[in-house]
Amino acid sequence: MARAVSNQHKTIVTVAAWIVAFLIFFPILYTIITSFKSETEAIAGFNMIPSGTTESYEEVQSQYNYFKPFMNSVILSLGSTLLALLIAVPAAWSMAFSPTRRTKDILMWMLSTKMMPAVAVLFPMYLIFRDLGLLDSRLGLTVMLTMINLPIVVWMLYTYFREIPGEILEAARMDGASLWNEIIHVLTPMAVPGIASTMLLNIILAWNEAFWTIRLTAIEAAPLTAFISSFSSPQGLFWAKLSAASTLAIAPILIMGWFSQKQLVRGLTFGAVK
Amino acid sequence: MKLTTLMLGLCSASLLAVAAHAESITIATVNNGDMIRMQKLTDDFTSKNPDIELNWVTLEENVLRERVTTDIATKGGQYDVMTIGTYEVPIWAKQNWLLPLDNLGDNYDAADIIPAIAGGLSVDGKLYAAPFYGESSFVMYRKDLMEKAGLTMPDAPTWEFIGEAARKMTDRDNDINGICLRGKAGWGENMAFLTAMSNSFGARWFDEEWKPQFDQPEWKETLDTYVKLMNDAGPSGASSNGFNENLALFQQGKCGMWIDATVAASFVSNPQDSTVADKVGYALAPDTGLGKRGNWLWAWSLAIPAGTQKADAAQKFVAWATSKDYLELVAEKEGWANVPPGTRTSLYENPKYQEAAPFAKMTLDSINAADPTKPTVKPVPYVGVQFVAIPEFQGLGTTVGQLFSAALAGQMSVDDALKQAQDAATATMTEGGYIQ
Repeated sequence: MARAVSNQHKTIVTVAAWIVAFLIFFPILYTIITSFKSETEAIAGFNMIPSGTTESYEEVQSQYNYFKPFMNSVILSLGSTLLALLIAVPAAWSMAFSPTRRTKDILMWMLSTKMMPAVAVLFPMYLIFRDLGLLDSRLGLTVMLTMINLPIVVWMLYTYFREIPGEILEAARMDGASLWNEIIHVLTPMAVPGIASTMLLNIILAWNEAFWTIRLTAIEAAPLTAFISSFSSPQGLFWAKLSAASTLAIAPILIMGWFSQKQLVRGLTFGAVK
Repeated sequence: MKLTTLMLGLCSASLLAVAAHAESITIATVNNGDMIRMQKLTDDFTSKNPDIELNWVTLEENVLRERVTTDIATKGGQYDVMTIGTYEVPIWAKQNWLLPLDNLGDNYDAADIIPAIAGGLSVDGKLYAAPFYGESSFVMYRKDLMEKAGLTMPDAPTWEFIGEAARKMTDRDNDINGICLRGKAGWGENMAFLTAMSNSFGARWFDEEWKPQFDQPEWKETLDTYVKLMNDAGPSGASSNGFNENLALFQQGKCGMWIDATVAASFVSNPQDSTVADKVGYALAPDTGLGKRGNWLWAWSLAIPAGTQKADAAQKFVAWATSKDYLELVAEKEGWANVPPGTRTSLYENPKYQEAAPFAKMTLDSINAADPTKPTVKPVPYVGVQFVAIPEFQGLGTTVGQLFSAALAGQMSVDDALKQAQDAATATMTEGGYIQ
């Protein structure tokens, strides 16, 4: 029998949740507010009511063409996500439905690659990119972002696939489905929520990746992370401009996250409670 | 009709030919006001050099430093012109990573570059980077608060006077701090200030045998003076304050004095941004009577990596951006007060500039008071006023900066910070083979 929850308890929990959500969102909110201030207002201390000027946005646009890094961000995040899924779906299928004694070790090894600080391999990666002619190229960065996020994608898909009863796949095999058909027509439709949330999370991770995307690009492949970085200054107060650049950079992913939050939450909590 | 068509065709073809042959050079730079202005004025360059196209990569200072170091060390060839400082130039030039700038044109007038700045960018008499803007450090102070404290700032104050004035100007009830100084850890942050300050107290990083000197009384006196002064008259949370944080405090009228880069003068005296623009006075960085002042020397400069395939075009750009004509161009478009300072002697002789920039003389005097080749009272084996021009300094300087920042925050004593700094420096220098 479900435990009765009092209205008072519900209210307290709801208010607490709203406070926590507000605290988490506050830095983003204040960045957006600051972007509508003048530089003088921005340094004048805490103030939630901006004058509403759009001069920072105009300056940002006149200094740097937003469209090019925006398109690069779109191409890199979508490209790396699709590539990662192409590799991860078969890999996760194999580990979920045909596990071996080493499957757990392989999964742990994949995850352990995320534990190494990126800067440790900066020089070797830079030299490889240089020798392959991939510096400042979208192709090189797409591959890089794919590799970085692949362990997480494989882990997430593996968790979702484990929730799908193996008997269904066996039934498909009994009906004569080939391996390809089994993955495409049986497994994938059942795992759509999981794949969708993995995809969304990977897009967000790729969009926000700021170590390699800044260090391996210059002009042609520079995404929005490089765009933001260019407005940070050691000598001079450009907080309003920096906030405007940040707002422009996070706006697309924020809007996408807002519209897909239901899917994202459903996917992330899929199989969490057994 | 046929002739007109033919002429139009020829014109189009020649334009296309120029476009097809346009050489594109990539310039890596920082997001400072003067650099942004340069990007906006590049039409002047491209109209004079239609065969050269400019691409800009603008980055935050630390990221830029890491990127250009990676690129030049691996011969990545991503950049044709790099914005680097006086720290990198001597080290990189000795590694043969930079091209000497010996083809800047007949009208360039390299002799006009301020000698102290040119000295910091030259190795064996050859210029390896052209200064885009130069700076020293000096005292910016509130004339009204100084008067209220019953004191008069001399042109060349001592640390004793600065301490007395700071304590008298402090008014905690009205949120006024007598002095604002850098406290944020980093070799280019608090250590730039503290190394320059230590020079005026007779301290040095290393003796002639490269033995670290943090166990000497001069460093103890430097750090003691700094920590006590900041505790008595500095802002709260000073261990997190760098240039920008102190600039914001000063512009809001919360600092009686601020000792920092001379380029800050144009910010604090600009009535559009500063609430105290008409109340700011300037003085040389303080000393203790030992013959050296606590001011530094720095120049953001344009250099050409040895690996570039477009050396001629890059050199043309460097010559344009650091020329006397460029200063005139900025003055014409944006006014004399916005001209990049600290590079050319002729600028400081220009009455229009002197009128527009009341801090001009003090800036030049400060630059001239710094000597990167003889930065300290006692002899040293290194070059650099607020840094030591060896590759190990970035890491070591930041480690020591973290210790001194912790001492300022009260997380450790001055003695402990100095002892740990001595140990860290000894370990680094031993590892680097400087000492046995």
